[in-house]
Amino acid sequence: MIIGNGISGVTTARHIRKLSDKKITIISGETDHFFSRTALMYIYMGHMKYEHTKPYEDYFWKKNRIELKRAFVESINHQQKELRLSGGEIMTYDKLVLAVGSKSNKFGWPGQDLKGVQGLYSFQDLEQLEKNAPNNKVCKRAVIVGGGLIGIELAEMLHARNIPVTFLVREKSFWNGVLPIGESEMLNRHISNNHIDLRLGMNLKEILSDDQGRARAVIIQETGEELACDLVGLTTGVSPNIDFLKDSGIELGRGIKVNPFLETNIKDIYAIGDCAEQHEGINGRRPIEAVWYTGRMMGEALAQTICSNRTPYNPGHWFNSAKFFDIEYQTYGWVFAQPRENETHFHWKHQDDTKCITICTETSSGKFLGINTFGIRMRHEVFDRWLTEARSTDYVVAHLKEANFDPEFFKKVESSILAAYQGQTVNA
Amino acid sequence: MSLTGDASNYLNPTQKIATILGVAGLAILVLSLFNDFSSNALWLTISLVAIGGGIVLFAKGSYQGKLAGIKNHGVWFKSVSSRGFWAWIAGLSLTGFYVVLYFYEGLLGANEAGNTGLVGLFDPLSRFLSGNPASQWFVYGTLYTVAIFAFGIKFIWKYRHNKYEQLRTISVMFFQTAFAFIIPELMARLNTNDFSLPYNDLKNMWPLNYYAFDQWRVDQFINAQTIGIVFLIFSVLSIFVISPILTYKYGKRWYCSWVCGCGGLAETAGDSFRHLSDKRMSAWKFERWMIHSVLVFSVVTTVAVITTYLGYDPNKYWFTKNVFLLSVGAFLTLLFAGIVYFKRKELNKSAIKGALGAYIITIGFLVFISFFNLNEIKINAAYFSFGLNPNEYSVDASLRSFYGFGIGSIFSGVIGTGFYPLLGNRVWCRMGCPMAGILGIQQRLFSKFRITTNGGQCISCGNCSTYCEMGIDVRSYAQKGENIVRASCVGCGICSAVCPRGVLKLENGPLEGRIDGNEVLLGNDVDLMSLVNQK
Repeated sequence: MIIGNGISGVTTARHIRKLSDKKITIISGETDHFFSRTALMYIYMGHMKYEHTKPYEDYFWKKNRIELKRAFVESINHQQKELRLSGGEIMTYDKLVLAVGSKSNKFGWPGQDLKGVQGLYSFQDLEQLEKNAPNNKVCKRAVIVGGGLIGIELAEMLHARNIPVTFLVREKSFWNGVLPIGESEMLNRHISNNHIDLRLGMNLKEILSDDQGRARAVIIQETGEELACDLVGLTTGVSPNIDFLKDSGIELGRGIKVNPFLETNIKDIYAIGDCAEQHEGINGRRPIEAVWYTGRMMGEALAQTICSNRTPYNPGHWFNSAKFFDIEYQTYGWVFAQPRENETHFHWKHQDDTKCITICTETSSGKFLGINTFGIRMRHEVFDRWLTEARSTDYVVAHLKEANFDPEFFKKVESSILAAYQGQTVNA
Repeated sequence: MSLTGDASNYLNPTQKIATILGVAGLAILVLSLFNDFSSNALWLTISLVAIGGGIVLFAKGSYQGKLAGIKNHGVWFKSVSSRGFWAWIAGLSLTGFYVVLYFYEGLLGANEAGNTGLVGLFDPLSRFLSGNPASQWFVYGTLYTVAIFAFGIKFIWKYRHNKYEQLRTISVMFFQTAFAFIIPELMARLNTNDFSLPYNDLKNMWPLNYYAFDQWRVDQFINAQTIGIVFLIFSVLSIFVISPILTYKYGKRWYCSWVCGCGGLAETAGDSFRHLSDKRMSAWKFERWMIHSVLVFSVVTTVAVITTYLGYDPNKYWFTKNVFLLSVGAFLTLLFAGIVYFKRKELNKSAIKGALGAYIITIGFLVFISFFNLNEIKINAAYFSFGLNPNEYSVDASLRSFYGFGIGSIFSGVIGTGFYPLLGNRVWCRMGCPMAGILGIQQRLFSKFRITTNGGQCISCGNCSTYCEMGIDVRSYAQKGENIVRASCVGCGICSAVCPRGVLKLENGPLEGRIDGNEVLLGNDVDLMSLVNQK
C-alpha cells in the first residue's frame, strides 16, 4: 500500500512489481494518474496539456496490476494496520509506504489566506492559478514572494501570459544561499532581461484585502511601499506534508523520521521522497531532500527492502538540474555558495552573459569536488566517473571537452575555460 | 499556412499586419483562377512577395525583441495549432488544394493549348527558367519552394540559439531551391528535338520517387547518352551505395531532415503542427505495419513495372526478365537471412515475424511475375469503380496507377500534407514513405546514430515526447536511462532542444553500447546499480 502517486511512490510500485507479485495499491487524492510535477509549469504556459505530463499511458497500471485509488488519507491506525480515507472508508495494509510529498510554506504573514494568494506545488494549485491569473486582464500584476526554484518558475509562467510580475527576493541576490555569487548575479540580470521587476533584499510585510476578501495589494517590509496586485505567489519553499500523521505514533521531526533503510519507528511503515527526514544526512546531504531524483532513488532502494533484500538508501554522487527562464543549470558533486574550509572556487563566465561555470576544488590536494554549469550541458556519466576516480581539477578542466553534452555544431567554450583557468593558476 | 487566419487575441500588431499581407498574396492566387490579369508577371511577383514577406514578417512579430530560447507558449491554446476551428479550415483548404491539383488540374487553368487562370499566372516565371509554359506541377513546385524558404527563415529565427537546427534548415532550403526546383528547370533548356532528359531531381531517390525506373524515364536516360547514363547510374548508386554509407555514419537524418523535400516542408511549414503526432503505443504498432506494407508494395510494383520492358531472349541482351527476377530474389533472400542471423539478439519476435511475412509475400510475388506476363493479363476497372470506368488495364499498369494514386497522391499529398493541422506534420514520413521505411531499417540495425540519454537527469516532464513529430515516446526511453534508437527517428533534434534539463543529445558514436537500458539510473548507490542492472 503506497500513499502518494508522485515519482517516489510510483518508482517504488514499479520496482516492487518487477521484483514480485505482491498486491500493490497507490492512493492519491491529487490526480487519478501519475504525472510529472515538474511539468506543471508547461501546462500553464501552453507547451503541453495535462495528458502529456503523464509518463505512462493509462493502460499501464492495469497491465502491471497496480491498483489506483483516488482518495485522501485522513489517519493511520498502525495497531490495526488500517487507513481511514476522507470518505470514511477503511482500508487495510500489510506494508505501508508514505510518499506524501510536500506542501508550500507560509510564515504567518497577515493576509496569507486571502483569495488570490497561493503557492505552486500541486495540480490543485495549478487549477487555482488558472482561476486567479488566466490572463493580464484579470490579473494586472502578480507579486511573487520567495526567490527559489518555484518562485522563478512561477515568474516565467506568468511572464508567458504577459502578466507583469514583481519578484520579492529576501536575499541580496537570487538563490545565493545555494549558488555562488557570480552565477547568482548573472541570473539576476537574466531575470531582469525578461522584464521581471526583480526586488532584491525585500520581504513581504502583509497582504491587503479588498472588501470581497481578495488580495488587492502587498506592503513591502523594507520600504513600506504598497504594490497593487491581483495574485500573490508564496514560493518560500516547501515542507513535508505530514499534518495528518500528528497523532499516528509515527516519529516526526520536520518530516517523517526514517533510518537509512527508509524505515520509520513503526514496523512495516516506510517513508520516502520529499516527506522523509533522515536522522542524519547521508554523506553530507541534507536530512530532507525534496528533489525529483532523490525521490526516485529512494523508491528504487525501498522496493528492494520491501521485496526482502534489505537495502539502505545510499545515493551516489550528488547531481541536480534546473532551468531559469532560458538558462539551463546542471550540477555534479558539491559546489556551495561560499567555498568552505579548504575549498577554492574557479569561476568562468562567457561574454554573452548566459553561460558560466563554477568549479570547486579541495585547496590542499587540488581534488575536484564539484561543478555548476549554466548554459552548457554536461555528461552525467563522465562527471560521475571523474568524481569516483577522484580526479584533480587540473585534469577535469583539461578534459572538459569529453564531458560536453551540447547539441552538435554548438560553439565549444572549453578552450576559453582552459585559458582562463591556466591564467588564474599562473597569477595565483 | 500556419499563419493564415489565426484571428485569436494572441496576435500582436506586427503579426496581424503579416497575416493580412500573407492572405492578400494568397487572395491574388485565388482571384487569378477566375480572372486573367493583364500583367501576369507583375501580379505573380506581388503575390509571391506578399506570401513570403507575410510569413517572414510574422516571424519577426513572433520572435523579435524576445530572448532566444524555447518559447512554445500557448501552442495548445491556439485554435490553429490545437486542432481547433482554424486548424480544420486550414486542413480542409489544403486537402482541397491537393485534390484539385492531382485530379482536376483544368480548374487551375492548365491547358496544353495555352494556360489560363492560376497556371497562366505562373507562365512568365516558367518561361524565364525553362523556356516552357507552366504546368500545375510548376505552380505547385514554386509554391512549395516559397513555403520552405519563407517558413525556413521563420524556423531559423525561432531556433536562433541552436546551430544544429539552423544548419539543418539551411540545408533543406538549399536542396529544395537548387536541386528540386531551379536545376531541373534549367536543365530542361538543354532539351532539343533529338535530345531530352526527364525532369530529374537528383536527391529524389527510389522508392520515394516511385517512377524512377519506369520505362519512359529509363528510355529517355539511355537515349540522352552520356549524361543520361550518368544520371541513371547515380540513381542506382544512391540507393545501394551512397545512402547506406551516409545512413551508417549519420542515421537517416542525413536524408529525412537535411535533404528531403517532403521532410523540408514538414520541418518548416509543418513545424507549427509537430506536437499533434499520436504518441500512443497503438499508433506505433499501426505505424510499423503501415510503413512496411507500403515498402513491400513499392518494391513489388517497381519490380513488376521493370519486368514488363525487359526482354525474354538472352541472346539479344543478357539482362532478361528472369535474370532480373532471380537477382532481386537472391538479393532479398541474402538480406533477410543476414539480418535474421546476425541481428537475432537485437530483434524481438514480432519484428522477425513481420519481416518474415514481408519476405514471403515479396518472394511469392516474384514467382508469380516470372510465370505470367503482367502486361498481357487484363483487369476490367469496372469491377473496382462501380462501373464508372469500363476500360481494361494490364496488371502492371493497374499496380502502377494504383500505387501512384493511392500512395503517391492520396497518402503523400492529400493526407500527408493536407492533414498537417490535424494529424501533425510527418504523417506521410512516419506511416507511408517507403524510403523512410528502408532508411529506418538501416538506422535501426546498421548505424552509428542514436539519441543519448544523459544519465539520471530526466524528470519525465514530457516535452520531448510532445514535440516529437514522429510520435516517438522519447520520454519512455529517457526516464529509464536508455538511448533512443528508433527506426522512425528523423533526427530533427527538437527533443534535445526542448528538454529543460539537458538530457538528450543526437550523436554518431560507436556501435558498442548503442542501446543501454538501466533499471536503476545513474546517481544511485553503485552496489544497487550493479545488482539490478546486471543482465
